[in-house]
Amino acid sequence: MTGSSANSSQGGVIAGNFGKGAVAGAPFLLVIIPFALLFGVVGTEAGLNLAQVMAFSMLVIAGAAQFTAVQLMVEDAPTVIALLTALAVNLRMAMYSASLVPYLGAAPLWQRLLISYGLIDQTYAVSIARYERPPAMTVKERVAYILGAFTMISIPWYGATLLGAVLGAAIPQGLPLDFALPITFLALIAPALKTLPHVVAALTSTGAALVFSWVPYSLGLIVAAVLAMAAGAVCEIWMERRA
Amino acid sequence: MTQSDATIWAVIAGLGIGTYLIRFSFLGLVGNRPLPDWLLRLLRYTPVAVLPGLVAPLILWPEATDGTPDPARLAAAAITLAVGLYTRNVVASVLVGMVTLFGLLALIP
Repeated sequence: MTGSSANSSQGGVIAGNFGKGAVAGAPFLLVIIPFALLFGVVGTEAGLNLAQVMAFSMLVIAGAAQFTAVQLMVEDAPTVIALLTALAVNLRMAMYSASLVPYLGAAPLWQRLLISYGLIDQTYAVSIARYERPPAMTVKERVAYILGAFTMISIPWYGATLLGAVLGAAIPQGLPLDFALPITFLALIAPALKTLPHVVAALTSTGAALVFSWVPYSLGLIVAAVLAMAAGAVCEIWMERRA
Repeated sequence: MTQSDATIWAVIAGLGIGTYLIRFSFLGLVGNRPLPDWLLRLLRYTPVAVLPGLVAPLILWPEATDGTPDPARLAAAAITLAVGLYTRNVVASVLVGMVTLFGLLALIP
């Protein structure tokens, strides 16, 4: 009896964190739904059939890379170039993967396989923000949280892609939802500016991304991110020495 | 689009598998092994090193205005950041930011 009640209360904690992750992911629907609708419309207009549009959104789940691949195929770019360029857009996710190791590395392999499928900008950003904040979570709670956020975001992502592909140009245009992405990310960046090194890293990232925006294949962002991480680390070391 | 169905499916599969491997990379292969301190120190700054760089060009050169800096969007971005810094509340910042954007775009034709 004791065992089963301990189990059910643990189950409750897991479900609670799944729910909290889902709630934290909800504001991003403002970005995800229009983006997926647009991909459905653009992909269909470009000549993809329904199965192909849906396969993009279900197997890739990375809007910017999907648009890049479709755009390059429309322009008749060599297939290998289309593929590599779109993949380069997603390279930042390797950094997300690395930065989650201290928090999720101890999870069982099947859970890490599942989390990797859902490791998109939004799930990463809300989850790491929660992991870094007290109170500390167990590995199981962290897994439930990120999967909750992903569930909240992924189902509307699939649904809105389907809607866009089916309804096509019937979807009203003109709302300035292009800017929902910067606004939702800014709202996440602000609370992450906890210490001077975080501020230094963010400013370096901003400056370097603008300076290197000419670099092809979205690699300017990777350069900027590496420089910014180094700037944050150097600032942290400098503060430790001074203290 | 002039590609054959097979080519399109190859791009989808390649991009799907490649993206998955990028996401799985460290989380999958490093797993529970401890990372060196210097690497952990760098990784601590991943969110603030990637996300600002991701949005900075979108804020300064919005696609909707063909890359011309837009006062309404710049103001909405600044206010979102300010509310976020002050309240540390993500939902409040998003709401105030979007209301600012819609409001300013309605006022400035």
